[in-house]
Amino acid sequence: MSEVILEINNLKKYFPITKGLMKKEVGEVKAVDGVSLFIKEGETLGIVGESGCGKSTLGRTLLRLYEPTEGDVIFRGVDVLNASTDEMKKLRREMQIVFQDPYSSLNPRMTISRIVGESLIEHGLFKKGKGLEDYVVEVMEKCGLARYHMNRYPHEFSGGQRQRVGVARALALNPSFIVADEPVSALDVSIQSQIINLFNDLQRDLNISFMFISHDLSVVRYISHRVGVMYLGSIVELAEKNALFDNPQHPYTQALLTAIPEPDPRNKRERIILEGDIPSPSNPPSGCKFHTRCRYAQDICSERVPEFRDLGGEHFVACHFAK
Amino acid sequence: MTERNTGIKPDDKIDQEIGEAEQEILTPWKLVRRKFLKRKPSVVALIILAFIILVVALAPIISPYDPNELDMTNTKQPPSKEHILGTDELGRDNFSRVLYGGRVALQVGIFAVIIQVIVGSIIGGIAGYYGGWIDNILMRITEVFMSFPFLPLVITISAVVGVSIPAEHKMYLVMVILGLLSWPGLARMVRGQILSLREQEFVLAAKALGIKNSRIIVRHLIPNTVGYIVVNATLGVASAILQESALSFLGLGVAPPVPTWGNLIQYARDIYNLQHRPWLWIPPGLCIFATVMCINLIGDGLRDAIDPKS
Repeated sequence: MSEVILEINNLKKYFPITKGLMKKEVGEVKAVDGVSLFIKEGETLGIVGESGCGKSTLGRTLLRLYEPTEGDVIFRGVDVLNASTDEMKKLRREMQIVFQDPYSSLNPRMTISRIVGESLIEHGLFKKGKGLEDYVVEVMEKCGLARYHMNRYPHEFSGGQRQRVGVARALALNPSFIVADEPVSALDVSIQSQIINLFNDLQRDLNISFMFISHDLSVVRYISHRVGVMYLGSIVELAEKNALFDNPQHPYTQALLTAIPEPDPRNKRERIILEGDIPSPSNPPSGCKFHTRCRYAQDICSERVPEFRDLGGEHFVACHFAK
Repeated sequence: MTERNTGIKPDDKIDQEIGEAEQEILTPWKLVRRKFLKRKPSVVALIILAFIILVVALAPIISPYDPNELDMTNTKQPPSKEHILGTDELGRDNFSRVLYGGRVALQVGIFAVIIQVIVGSIIGGIAGYYGGWIDNILMRITEVFMSFPFLPLVITISAVVGVSIPAEHKMYLVMVILGLLSWPGLARMVRGQILSLREQEFVLAAKALGIKNSRIIVRHLIPNTVGYIVVNATLGVASAILQESALSFLGLGVAPPVPTWGNLIQYARDIYNLQHRPWLWIPPGLCIFATVMCINLIGDGLRDAIDPKS
């Protein structure tokens, strides 16, 4: 396929846990703990995982909305994490984000045209006036909104329309990469499909790469080219979509896939029930983080961290026993 | 582009027709106004208060006499055609003094609140946006201010500083004292608002778009706290008027000969006046009551109208 536009190496984001008046640091939450992956041009990479596994933190850290603890993010040859303020401002035009909650992600006191157009003025691409207005309408129409929406306020829109505004805002700067941070989780199913189709259309027309974060496996399967599975801040398996769904190698992926609801009640299949809870990310298990809940776990699993290795055909797995 | 399936469904078409038919756009402030106008007690209060302000503002035109003009031949008169509310023991027209007293009371209330809003929102805003140790220090200072017993402190300051200030300037002292002692509540509220707004995704989105910090504060954070500040300020005017009245009644606020509703009542404090000359103390008392009541009702109405959950 085409060239790699984004490369992440061993990215880490630890949040400090502080206590008391003097904010003494007593520990850290390892929200993202050594993630490495790459995204190609015009591709959608799906990231799935349970709540609290660090999916959203990963998306926000690679855009430097959170300052990372360690690691590298290379976007088209530019080192994102060490970019100066000016370089960062240029990068912002290339890398955008769509948020999960269409209610808190739009400023209630700004009109839609100001929400969509604000960044264009900030980056000096347009001056206030007719040109800006026409461009904003063009972007809004791409996202399924109409001209008469532009002077309205977010409270006048439904959840699905608000999410379109969120997409239009990200699209206004004409980025080549968008992090979609659970963009459909807050919407009902029929609206979900509209928004997902919108993403697909935008990708086809504008050749945008997406990192599509979700906990909904069927949505991820529908929209992604490749899928990464996250567990406790690390990617445990990363492969081409069909390879991952048809032939999962990591025991966690196998368990996760059996949790997809089966529409046919006669079609009984074995469900792998994971014992216990997710361990705390402030004190993750030694060795393979999954060994506390893995049914194949052996001594080696609690002693050595499994290598994230390629099994062939860009099917990466972090498990000692995968072949 | 629009021909293709970008997800426009029949629902949106219907919506489009509705949208084009209905031209009016509801800005957040229009919404607030509409909700406020539905609250009858608040609207009535607003009308009464507007009337009071108008009359008080036009005092130089309306009042028949100079409020400080002595007329020793006409002291202690009961209400009559010449003096609607009678005269005091120095022959000054009581009606004129009530009107001018209202000017002073309202001025003190409004300026004390302006000081309070400026200090409170700056301190609250800085504490909320920067957080960390800055927040810690500012909030501890705020708590120190809050833990002073209000009235004894005001009385002490007014008594100590007041002696060196001429009587006609004492009202400015009262404004400053009230303003500088009543900001902590507002500062805490603004801080809380900014703290919660800062975590909203639209602030993160603005960062992702490369919007400057200063612009985020001015464009995204402050407009979302203005409503709460307005409500707080409105209610603050009422309490500042009450506090000014209390101080003046105690003889520590605005000093004679400058009239104010509080010191007019103080004049009429002895038993004889209370029993036999109610026209001296009932009008200023009613004025305080009506003004404070109206402002409080307006404040309540505004609070309900601004609250997005109602």
